[in-house]
Amino acid sequence: MGAGQNTKAKAEQVTIMRSQLGRVRGAGSAHAGSHHWKAERVTAIALVPLTVWFVIAVLSHLGAEQQAIAAWVAQPLNAALLLALIAMNFHHMHLGLQVVWEDYIHNIPRREAAILATRGACLLLGLLAVVAVLKLAAAAH
Amino acid sequence: MNDIRDALLVARNTEAKLVRRPVSPHIGIYRWPITMVASILNRATGIALSVGSLLLVWWLVAAAAGPQAFARVQAFIASPVGLLLLLGWTASLFYHFFGGIRHLVWDTGRGLAKPSLNPMTWVILGLTALATAGVWVAGYMTVVGA
Repeated sequence: MGAGQNTKAKAEQVTIMRSQLGRVRGAGSAHAGSHHWKAERVTAIALVPLTVWFVIAVLSHLGAEQQAIAAWVAQPLNAALLLALIAMNFHHMHLGLQVVWEDYIHNIPRREAAILATRGACLLLGLLAVVAVLKLAAAAH
Repeated sequence: MNDIRDALLVARNTEAKLVRRPVSPHIGIYRWPITMVASILNRATGIALSVGSLLLVWWLVAAAAGPQAFARVQAFIASPVGLLLLLGWTASLFYHFFGGIRHLVWDTGRGLAKPSLNPMTWVILGLTALATAGVWVAGYMTVVGA
């Protein structure tokens, strides 16, 4: 613990050479700031309760007919939570897969192509799921 | 030799032959620490869940398309391959869920001390097994009991 306190005391003496504006913009050597890291965390936090809700919802509808599912999605709260789950899931999925490509694909054009393809696939899959939910939610039951 | 760093990996063996030194630590030589398994699992389950989300989209689109399409996806999920995929997906979901929560705790600077890392990894593996088994038992009882 003593060493830790020492480090802390030293850290406080460090003079920050960058301007306040530069720090606020958060652009380090990567020229991108911390947006990716933060977004990955924010979507993860949102997914914790949404996942619990979704697992319980699926469990209580096992073997249900299409009509029962449709009626369940038609309830506004269920539709809204499903849409939130879809948005958070596909955003988190895109952010996570991007890091995987960045770690393993060393050829930069190929890496960028993989990231772009992943982004497109996540967007399309998410939109497909959103349209399905909205269609179920809007249908008359 | 394409990389200058490779020069450090070249040595002579007892017969004075040029050989490549092994890189240390090497996964083929060292016993995997459980934390390494945990880290790899977090990424592997994330990739598995990405594939699993295709099933979620198919399920939703089929439900929106109508009873026939929905019956097809339900029949696929109930098939041996479908159930196996669903089992893998459930286990992946719970591992990524608990491992992800631990990552969020780590982000606050807590839980990084060496003595807690190994036991906590086992706790997360245990929670994953418990939650997966719990959901499947509950699901089995719902379907068979109904």
